[in-house]
Amino acid sequence: MTLGNLGHLLVIFSFVTSLVATYAYLRATLLSTDNLQVETWKRFARGAFYIHVAAVVGVCATLYVIIYGHHFEYHYAWSHSSRALPWYYMLSCFWEGQEGSFMLWMFWQAVLGVILIRTNKLWEAPMMTVYALVQAFLTSMILGVIIPGLDFKIGSTPFLTIAEANPGAPFLQLNPDFVPKDGNGLNPLLQNYWMVIHPPTLFLGFALTLVPFAYLMAGLWRKQVVEWLRPALPWTLLTGVILGVGILMGGYWAYETLSFNSYWSWDPVENAVYVPWLIVIAALHTMIIAKKNATALKTSVILVIAQFILILYSTFLTRSGILGNASVHSFTDLGLSGQLLLYLFAFIIVATILTVRVWKLMPSDKDEVSTYSREFWLFMGATVLCLASFQVIIPTSIPVWNSIVQAFGGVSKLAPPTDAISYYTKFQLWFFAVITILSGIGQYFWWKRVQKGKMQDLLTPVWISLFISALLITFGGINKLPYIALLTAAVFALVSNTTIIIGVLRGSYRVSGGSITHIGVALMLIGILWSSGYQKVVSLNASGLLISKDDYFTKEDNKENKENVLLWLGQPTRMGDYLLTYRGPRIEIRDVPEFVPNTWVDVIEGDFHAVCLRDITIGEKTYHKKGDTVAVYAENAHYEVEYREPNGRIATLYPRVQFNEKMGLVTSPDIKRELNKDLYSYVTVGSDPKKAEEWSPTENFRVAMQDTFFVNDFVAVLESVGRTDKVEGIALTPNDVAVKAQIKILDKEREYFITPTFAINQDRMVMRKPEVNEDLGLRVQFMEIDPKTGTFSFAVNSKQRDYIVMKAVEKPLINVLWIGTIVLIIGFMMSTIRRFREFRLVRDKGVELEKV
Amino acid sequence: MKKIHIFGLIVIAIAIGIIVSTYGSASTYSNFTEAEELAQEGETSEVHVVGKLTKDANGQIVGMKYDPVMDANRFEFMLVDTNKIVKKVVYLSPKPQDFDKSEQVVVIGRMQKDYFECNKILMKCPSKYTNEAPDFKEATAEKI
Repeated sequence: MTLGNLGHLLVIFSFVTSLVATYAYLRATLLSTDNLQVETWKRFARGAFYIHVAAVVGVCATLYVIIYGHHFEYHYAWSHSSRALPWYYMLSCFWEGQEGSFMLWMFWQAVLGVILIRTNKLWEAPMMTVYALVQAFLTSMILGVIIPGLDFKIGSTPFLTIAEANPGAPFLQLNPDFVPKDGNGLNPLLQNYWMVIHPPTLFLGFALTLVPFAYLMAGLWRKQVVEWLRPALPWTLLTGVILGVGILMGGYWAYETLSFNSYWSWDPVENAVYVPWLIVIAALHTMIIAKKNATALKTSVILVIAQFILILYSTFLTRSGILGNASVHSFTDLGLSGQLLLYLFAFIIVATILTVRVWKLMPSDKDEVSTYSREFWLFMGATVLCLASFQVIIPTSIPVWNSIVQAFGGVSKLAPPTDAISYYTKFQLWFFAVITILSGIGQYFWWKRVQKGKMQDLLTPVWISLFISALLITFGGINKLPYIALLTAAVFALVSNTTIIIGVLRGSYRVSGGSITHIGVALMLIGILWSSGYQKVVSLNASGLLISKDDYFTKEDNKENKENVLLWLGQPTRMGDYLLTYRGPRIEIRDVPEFVPNTWVDVIEGDFHAVCLRDITIGEKTYHKKGDTVAVYAENAHYEVEYREPNGRIATLYPRVQFNEKMGLVTSPDIKRELNKDLYSYVTVGSDPKKAEEWSPTENFRVAMQDTFFVNDFVAVLESVGRTDKVEGIALTPNDVAVKAQIKILDKEREYFITPTFAINQDRMVMRKPEVNEDLGLRVQFMEIDPKTGTFSFAVNSKQRDYIVMKAVEKPLINVLWIGTIVLIIGFMMSTIRRFREFRLVRDKGVELEKV
Repeated sequence: MKKIHIFGLIVIAIAIGIIVSTYGSASTYSNFTEAEELAQEGETSEVHVVGKLTKDANGQIVGMKYDPVMDANRFEFMLVDTNKIVKKVVYLSPKPQDFDKSEQVVVIGRMQKDYFECNKILMKCPSKYTNEAPDFKEATAEKI
């Protein structure tokens, strides 16, 4: 049996077992609790689910073996990997494709399912019915089965061979057994350590949203409308942490790898996960108070359903191809849109029916909630979070609205807002200003029980934060009203949450989680405010080299468009406070810690190996000898750019461009990290070091000593000609004669010397070793010596000097954002652990009671 | 009226406000003729124009001009919109990296006198892996 057949068989098997588990759990739920058959059905269901988990693991293992073993006869391996990739990037190959990412999601859900079965026997049957059903829907996405007769395909399998994936392709008719020698390779932007860990984290977050949803469904089903909260709450918190970490990793990856110049660009793909995450956060806040407040309970029910449905909706948005003209990085359409819609609507319907059925059973509040109660403020916070997510999902869904209108025969040509970043920021900024203020007030009401007439407790943090904000606004030069509002709000959240930790909780780590999380959010907002609101383009083109007859250039306001600067090789250019010099393209040898000049090696065409043209020496250590073959990252060019600061400090950055034959040019920034700011730069135009510029036709010069002549617009002077004993690359015997000429070439700011040699050996053979100067783009060859006239002749070729076009941006206080993220994660983890511990205590007590 | 009802009304009001503002700030998919009309009316909002690049026999894009030595921040090309109207498009940024491979592009901007000034290009490249499904790339000249 081939690997592909094995994989496909396991997929079908896992699909069937998930259905069996669903059915068996359903039977167990429908039987009354005292029925003896319940245990039998449960045991059977559990067995089916465990087999399902084993099959899912088998599916994943098979696909990884196909990728890792370079089985390029399979379409998935061929299209997503290549031989040049190290093993950890082959993990990224696994989830680069849509099928692989579905499998990752299934895998996490399977693992979580096992944990749930083993930790919560009380809720097992109804909860796992929902759970196994979701698993069945997910498995069907990679089923790849065509229903005979109907010609309807269910799912898309990653186990197709090239021949199966391209039926009737001409190259297969010539050679049916064709197996490619190498794969297409992994998208260079995904060749990054964040892409090894970001997708698994994000999909774990996706999988986790199912857990609270399944508990809720089980609770509604068994009419335990309040009891579901207890097991669901810790899982909701965990969902919030993991999903949040996944999103933030994605942002960090984008910042480090994509030349989008930011960590967040409000792309529909980003928005599609941001929205459910906000809803998870809102849900966990209402769930905390839901036992005491009926409105919060009802809201929690809706929000827990919403967070799960929104994850399905985001999957639909990114994978159905509906975002078409609206997004940069949505997946291509695999023809699964129908199936995804079915999945989405199935769960909307199931959830609605179950909710409506028990809505009347839910308690209602007798008294109106007081403005001075903690419930009121938490509820307010949750509401603003929901409104913030609503504001994002509506414009993000514009392509969906268009499709709906068109489905009913209408014409809708709405397009997403043209400037997404400023559009969303305009709204989200105010929402978050309110949310952070509420996070501070809420904590006060929660811990201090601030009461009517005792509001002065809150006054102290208000005064302190107003004072600090005033200082920051004055000395930080904050001059825009929205920024002032956001900053003041964030400072208030910082101050009030800190006072709570110190004053009320006295640093008790078990209950400080909430406050710490809020501090993290406030820090993040401050970091975002500075690093995005006050980022500064350093690379403003001030060279005055813009010569064009177009009246366009004479317009004054056009200056601000010159955010990209052109740097000639070796020519220092002033840019803001920095003096920038482009030093040439560099290549990365896999086992050498630093980049080396491209001229040191000769890359073997179509391979990831290169031959060393000289000893590879970094500092004292010689890594490779001349003539060695080394493994390199052949497609990547790193352009060495030197930044000289006014105080003489020098930093070197290596922004990257990948020249990928199949995918075109891909650029990645390089970041110089400092304590108070990042210097972020990327190359927008760079030359491919593998494709050398062509030399111009030879020009001949005949000059006497100290003559001045013009080569390619440079002034050149023949300074001296003298005998030499050494010529690099040529072994001279005592009878050979070698002469070296010294030609001075004047560039704008500095002088260069080119020293070509001319040698005659004893057999009157002439050697003319040309000398190349890359900085000037010149090649000079010493051709002849004419003793009669005392003149020397030189052959000169010139080429376009190497240059890059780059952009550099300063991002102040970005580290505050990263510190905030870490604080947020720590606080969130603390709360999660606390709630899991509480749950375990109560559960174990419950079990003991049952035993008695 | 109970407090919760007032609260509910406020929330609904904000939600409606969001929907209305979305409708108001949404751009439209358009063509050069409409973009020209908008510009003549003095409208400053930006539109999306979907168009095709014309290629010559050698696969070179017609009318493409980028000379970084002269101006690294100016890139020009000719675009044929869905009504077959051809216009010059000026993009005030370096040439996007995958432009040569693109066939269909969406330009976002507004019409000037005789050219379309865009600050964002969405490129539809033939897919990286197969030639059946297109794959998207974006380039933006948005200024900070």
